[in-house]
Amino acid sequence: MSDEPNKGLRSPLRRKLLMGAAALPLVSILPRPSFGAGPATATVNTTGLAVTDTEVTVGILHSATGTMAISETGSIQAEKLAIEQINAAGGVLGRKIKFIQEDGASDWPTFAEKAKKLLVNDKVAAIMGCWTSASRKAVLPVVEQYNGMLYYPTFYEGLEQSKNVIYTGQEATQQILAGLNWIAKEKGAKSFFFIGSDYIWPRTSNKIARKHVENVLKGKVVGEEYYALGSTQFNSVINKIKLTKPDVIFTDVVGGSNVAFYKQLKAAGVDLSKQALLTISVTEDEIDGIGGENIAGAYACMKYFQSLDNANNKTFVPAFKKMWGEKTVIGDVTQAGYLGPWLWKLTCEKAGSFDVDKIAAASPGVEFKEAPEGYVRIHENHHLWSKTRVGRAKLDGQFELIFETADLIEPDPFPKGYQ
Amino acid sequence: MIINSRFFNRSELIGFVALGLILFVILPLSLDVFRLNLVAKYLTYAFVAIGLVLCWGYGGILSLGQGVFFGLGGYCMAMFLKLEASSVENTKIQSTPGIPDFMDWNQITALPLFWQPFHSLTFTVLAIILVPGLFALIIGTAMFKRRVGGTYFAIITQAVAAILTILIVGQQGYTGGINGMTDLRTLKGWDIRPDHAKVVLYFFEVFLLFGCILIAQFIRLTKLGRILVAMREQEDRVRFSGYSVANFKIFAFCMAAIFAAIGGAMFALNVGFMSPSFVGIVPSIEMVIYTAVGGRTSIFGAVWGALLVNFAKTGLSESFPQLWLFGLGALFIAVVLAFPNGLSGIWADHVQSRIDRLVSSIKKKSGDWTSNSVADGAPAE
Repeated sequence: MSDEPNKGLRSPLRRKLLMGAAALPLVSILPRPSFGAGPATATVNTTGLAVTDTEVTVGILHSATGTMAISETGSIQAEKLAIEQINAAGGVLGRKIKFIQEDGASDWPTFAEKAKKLLVNDKVAAIMGCWTSASRKAVLPVVEQYNGMLYYPTFYEGLEQSKNVIYTGQEATQQILAGLNWIAKEKGAKSFFFIGSDYIWPRTSNKIARKHVENVLKGKVVGEEYYALGSTQFNSVINKIKLTKPDVIFTDVVGGSNVAFYKQLKAAGVDLSKQALLTISVTEDEIDGIGGENIAGAYACMKYFQSLDNANNKTFVPAFKKMWGEKTVIGDVTQAGYLGPWLWKLTCEKAGSFDVDKIAAASPGVEFKEAPEGYVRIHENHHLWSKTRVGRAKLDGQFELIFETADLIEPDPFPKGYQ
Repeated sequence: MIINSRFFNRSELIGFVALGLILFVILPLSLDVFRLNLVAKYLTYAFVAIGLVLCWGYGGILSLGQGVFFGLGGYCMAMFLKLEASSVENTKIQSTPGIPDFMDWNQITALPLFWQPFHSLTFTVLAIILVPGLFALIIGTAMFKRRVGGTYFAIITQAVAAILTILIVGQQGYTGGINGMTDLRTLKGWDIRPDHAKVVLYFFEVFLLFGCILIAQFIRLTKLGRILVAMREQEDRVRFSGYSVANFKIFAFCMAAIFAAIGGAMFALNVGFMSPSFVGIVPSIEMVIYTAVGGRTSIFGAVWGALLVNFAKTGLSESFPQLWLFGLGALFIAVVLAFPNGLSGIWADHVQSRIDRLVSSIKKKSGDWTSNSVADGAPAE
């Protein structure tokens, strides 16, 4: 059973191997497909991208250094895995994907500089990259000006849509609304306390959550607090939580602050098995730092958990661990990073071209059936249709799936009534 | 030539001409627009470094908060450009069209009062000079009049850098927060993004840079410059001689701030971007490193330091995305350990001395031997 999903990858590989064996008996000893059997370069590349008869170049642009490296490493790993798998399966339009990796160094202008370098000097056909909203906002004018294609993996605040970007993570309404509905129904929750890091994503997410709580769920927001990025002192807000006794603590605290927050919450005697807490910012990667014992019992609202029980995920997780080590964990964004190269490959094949304009036009409707999260499809607005899931953190740092929406949720980056 | 021979000594004249040749002719001819634009970005830090040479190298006032002034200048420029980019038709999609996008995300529905004057380019240009200048005047007066100096002053400038960063990040509705101000497009209707605009901006910036070099050189050569050096070496003696040490310090600090602000404004123009990541402690220290690598008592050294460190940064990070920071760190340690006077020290010790010997031996032969070049040189360091 578990071998079945692999066939999709293996059968074209076998075909390519046979073709390679026929053409070049000497090289065929190596277990890799031959490249160069695709359509002529002149027809698939009319805009001077870095495409040869045998190769196509893409860029990977994440922070390998700096404070964001801990989060972005998973995306880099997932993108490299996807590229390796695509190459093993015959590449894209008969061409092997070669990647150029650049370091954004957790510094937004550096991201812009490197994106420009990838597009102008290296003429990459697509960029897999960016993580924080700030880095995306810095890169966006560059990809629009030089007409590049960016595959952006992180769940984000929405309020954006570009011809030159495919958003493989969830925008805010996709991530938040179904989770709030679930917890309101399941726990009969009426009062909510919001805690976030102080920047655009938590603020926008909480704005949407507040409108939903007040207008749709007819509940009440009893507190809303923000802390500077990297902040480690949460005692005062924890006291307020103990005073106001909200039904649900709703958090979008990011990065290292999470470690302090959950430890202090536990130390203050807030028992997450009794006090409901819903986070939209903690994935398996963050739990690695927080420690399972500090967060067990909390609910997280994501679209992917490493523990998902489906055939695609059962081949994805071992492949990822084989490439990057048994101890690695796979969070929501890592999975979304894995989608980027695959969606780009499928779009290239649908468009029959590497040209950015054709890719942008062909993207809506592209489906990826082998996605670890299950089936995904690109919407007209360049975001993905995907499910919302709620998981409960366990002691071992994994999530147990508690709830998932029956249908794919439509992405809506400019939600009416939530602005 | 007579003016030149007094304004610059021989080695400085060589440095001036060589820098001019490289920045005006060689780099524009040999680099593509992408790399030239990177050079323009590096040169914005050269403004800061020249300011630091005046304030730290000559005046002995170590400021670890030059990012503050770089940021203030940059933000003034960025506010003007952002307003122009946020015309009503460009921002139709927002709930309040006509205001910058980040204000719209933060539920601000009208342009704040302090943003209004930045519709005017004249006001903006004045603000780029005056806002950081006045701010430096306030900090300088508060510190130097109370005779706070040395390490304490450096720590306070760091604190100011930290405070300003927190302020910008916290007030994101008014400042763009951690994202900064992105997507700057036109200057008075002139698109700053295409290649030809980048070239024009580059030359404009190099002109400004040479203006600043000349001003710095002028200050150095006047009595004022001599007093700055005297202050660095023996502050009390200068005070006992009847000079107001505080006023001279305030002046040097304000000049450094204004140079940094010009750099910041050019940064916003060239890169199309301004964010708090240029304001905080780390970038401020980096700016000191440029000056240290270049040689803190050399105006030209500062320009070279800013250029070379940034070239190394880009080059190393392109070649070794995982390891480049170690390489850069090793470079700094090596330079500081082996050559405490930076690049200009290497030049003066190893290259200039040989040239001098060569020249004087030629002069000796021709019997025309003067010791002018030594008397005109930099204060004995």
